[in-house]
Amino acid sequence: MSRLLEVRGLQTAFPSATGETRIVDDVSFNLDSGEVLALVGESGSGKSMTALSILRLVPKPGRVIAGEIKLEGRDLLDFSVSEMRRVRGGRIAMIFQEPMTCLNPVVAVGAQVMEAIGLHDQIGQVDARARTRELFAEVGIPDPEARLDAYPHELSGGLKQRVMIAMALSTRPEILIADEPTTALDVTVQAQILALLSDLQRDRGTAILLITHDLGIVNELADRVAVMYAGRLVEVAPRQELLSNPLHPYTRGLLRSIPALSPPGVRLPEIPGVVPSPDHWPNGCRFSTRCGERFEPCAEIFPEETAPTSDRRVWCHAVDASSRDPEGEAL
Amino acid sequence: MDVESYVVSNSVTLGLVLACVWVARVVGREPIWRDAARQLWSRRRLAIVVVALYMTIGLVDSIAWKGGIPEDVVDVLPNAPLTLLDRAFLGTKEASYSAPFASVEFYGAEALKRPGQHPFGTDILGRDVLYLSLKGARVALLIGGLTSLIAIPLALIFGVGAGYFGGRFDDFVFFLISTLASIPGLLLLIALIMAMGRGTLSVCIALGVTSWVGFCRLTRAETLKLRELDYVSAARALGVPELRIVIRHILPNLAHLIVITFVLMFSGLVLSEAVLAWLGIGVDGSWGQMIDGARDELSRDPIIWWNLSASGAALFVLILAVNSVGDAIRDVLDPRTLKDSS
Amino acid sequence: MGAYIIRRLIYGVGVVIGVLFLLFILFFTVTEPDDIARRALGDKVPPEVIEQWKVNHGYDRPLWPWQDWDENLLFDHYRRMLTFDFGLSDADDSPIIDRIRAGMGPSLSLTIPLLVLGILIGIPLSLLVAFFRETYIDRMGVFLCVLAMSVSIILYIVGAQYLIGKVLRWYPISGFNADLLMLPRFLVLPIIVGLLSGIGGDVRFYRTVFLEESSRDFVRTARAKGASEPRIMTHHVLRNALIPILTRVVLAIPFLFTGALLLEAFFGIPGLGSMTFDAIQANDFATLRTMVFIGALSFVLGQIATDISYGFVDPRVRFE
Repeated sequence: MSRLLEVRGLQTAFPSATGETRIVDDVSFNLDSGEVLALVGESGSGKSMTALSILRLVPKPGRVIAGEIKLEGRDLLDFSVSEMRRVRGGRIAMIFQEPMTCLNPVVAVGAQVMEAIGLHDQIGQVDARARTRELFAEVGIPDPEARLDAYPHELSGGLKQRVMIAMALSTRPEILIADEPTTALDVTVQAQILALLSDLQRDRGTAILLITHDLGIVNELADRVAVMYAGRLVEVAPRQELLSNPLHPYTRGLLRSIPALSPPGVRLPEIPGVVPSPDHWPNGCRFSTRCGERFEPCAEIFPEETAPTSDRRVWCHAVDASSRDPEGEAL
Repeated sequence: MDVESYVVSNSVTLGLVLACVWVARVVGREPIWRDAARQLWSRRRLAIVVVALYMTIGLVDSIAWKGGIPEDVVDVLPNAPLTLLDRAFLGTKEASYSAPFASVEFYGAEALKRPGQHPFGTDILGRDVLYLSLKGARVALLIGGLTSLIAIPLALIFGVGAGYFGGRFDDFVFFLISTLASIPGLLLLIALIMAMGRGTLSVCIALGVTSWVGFCRLTRAETLKLRELDYVSAARALGVPELRIVIRHILPNLAHLIVITFVLMFSGLVLSEAVLAWLGIGVDGSWGQMIDGARDELSRDPIIWWNLSASGAALFVLILAVNSVGDAIRDVLDPRTLKDSS
Repeated sequence: MGAYIIRRLIYGVGVVIGVLFLLFILFFTVTEPDDIARRALGDKVPPEVIEQWKVNHGYDRPLWPWQDWDENLLFDHYRRMLTFDFGLSDADDSPIIDRIRAGMGPSLSLTIPLLVLGILIGIPLSLLVAFFRETYIDRMGVFLCVLAMSVSIILYIVGAQYLIGKVLRWYPISGFNADLLMLPRFLVLPIIVGLLSGIGGDVRFYRTVFLEESSRDFVRTARAKGASEPRIMTHHVLRNALIPILTRVVLAIPFLFTGALLLEAFFGIPGLGSMTFDAIQANDFATLRTMVFIGALSFVLGQIATDISYGFVDPRVRFE
């Protein structure tokens, strides 16, 4: 597997009363070809902003203030506007959380997919239409020919999300960023969409950056998981290891609060407190205000990155201390 | 009548000032409004200062009393109630036209009583143009303020009532709105003023009747939306009296619209009055009337320009300041135009 | 859709009947038939002449049906308006329909260029301002709009007449000549004034609409698929913004038929606006009610036209 996308030290900020607030702070991760990386966190953790930063679509007045986003070695932040346009929808495509509002209500859905094709490939209307019909069939839209001329309000939420996926896949992108692709859908439809994404990923070898707050989805789809809290990464690990052996107290808290993993009849443990707002993030570990295991340096000093094994990274003073132990048995 | 009009005017002014202080104190307790006010101040400092200046002038021109007129002043009745502003300009009346800062009359070159002391010159009757322009401020504020006090409650009663209670009342209000909106605005305005006779109050009522329709439609639509909100349904399910729901839950959610409408409507009303004055049915002493009067003077030779310039500028600066504040208020208070910050 | 239009039309007739009633009440609370006669004939005519004039013009009848069910002004008012029998002017006994025919040309030659130019200038300008949102250009544009809106139309008229008519002596400041070569000379000034006084509000309104549409999620989708900003503006934002823009434009159409009252009156254009203005001045009830009737009718029809045109630009609209 080759390294496709490499994000280093990404910082995205919005102007605030006190200067700039970093909604995404020093986030680094890799995405290899054909891999599914899940970016997990509560709402407000900066995961969506991270995704938008990659495509340089951070809504104004926010902006990426530091870092590198390398697509096969070239930094996207150095791309010209027109180069960036070719990347968007061409090499990196994105689907969003709200299929209800993400499609243009006054344009037929087929035409919207054809627009995406036309923006990146020099092909005629007839071919584009044929390709759109194939894509519709591929993403499981029944009666694709008739659906080409349907308007968004005539389709269900699940069908709209399928259209979004068809649009994203229309130019055979190397990377698909899926921002909470199933959150707004019914539970049964969620499963279908996830299955679809999983099939497509297997058949086409597209790398997926999956943004979600739902660890159930992570379990079904992801190869690796990066956990974000309050704008920072706290832990990155292969899925199996993260789920079976979480190192960061926040990850453990998240896992404990999944109903399926708890014995029935027992009240679900919750993480006390709420995510602090960006203006009130602590100097040290961002999780220190809610962490049951915090000790001396947590509130003041941000923990260094530690790598307990070659494919894991975690930012926690507690893990830090134990892994510096000469015998180094990291949990 | 036993009570003289200047006493009424003084008391109303006092009442308005007290009401403003009270509103400011109530509003100051709400963090949202306090924050909005702070944002507004930081965005439109100059415009707010200008509006405040006009309001001060209007206030100075609203406090009147009798007596205290020096013996040598002959151009006012000795028993007339004069405002602070009148008193500041006592004895500035000349015989006829004079140019700004001139020391002699414009036609005839007679020496002025107060040479070089008329920064905007004097008009055909020798009245100081600065004084007349300043007096226009009170008239403009009166037109905008009084009309809003008529139009906004009217729009709220009909709009909220129609939106909240629906049914027959809604049908009636909707029909009324459609009917009023179908009559060309200026025609309706003229007809109403002619029906009620000229004068400040009838102009304000006519303006009020013609300008409440748009806001009524807005409040009706907004109330329809608010009525469906969960907490309103919950309040209804709990048996909270309807009137209480309207006052506690519906009206506070319309407050930002009321403020925005008030400010944006204000400038429109003052401009409409200028048109009416031009048609000869405006309010006495308004800038519109001054402009209308000064229009013929442009054809004199040599031309008399200061009358028109002063009244036009006074009108323009106030409207510009109010519009600019209104624009900022809409940005600050209207969530629709606010950007997503998450 | 047919049933929908018929329902709307019936409602529209109701509204027009309401308008006519309101007009009748308003007019006859201020004016008595004697006043109309005196304005038409002059103050010094003997009472017999006035009585004769009232008989000739039908004003000898009582106002209300409860005074005389068969012969009253209110029923006559409705009968004439609803059958489009406008009758003679109270001021000079000319047939009103002829005056409307004569006034239509001058009015349309002023209002159609005003409407068309207003759209042709306003929309590109506001697209530009919205495109450069949150920048210096945007702030400048909005400020200019507010500036243009803050000047009273009266100042525009006086200023334009003075500047062009007296200082530069380019055009006559008022008057009219229907000759095709002369026409532009008389129309340029009122059109400029009309555009200046309207453009600020228009651009600001369109800009708000464009900004609202460009903050929608589907615009982000378009960006994510690689569409350029100009393309997003024209293909996605403009198409969705058409709906509110259409409302504003169609609602301006009745004004085509009633003329621009102020502009016509003060630039001496003999259109329907001037005619209405003169009718107000002369207490000419017959002409006034006709103009109000036409205004209300075209407003009602304009609204139905707006609703129907929604069907063309917005696939979500269903008529039921």
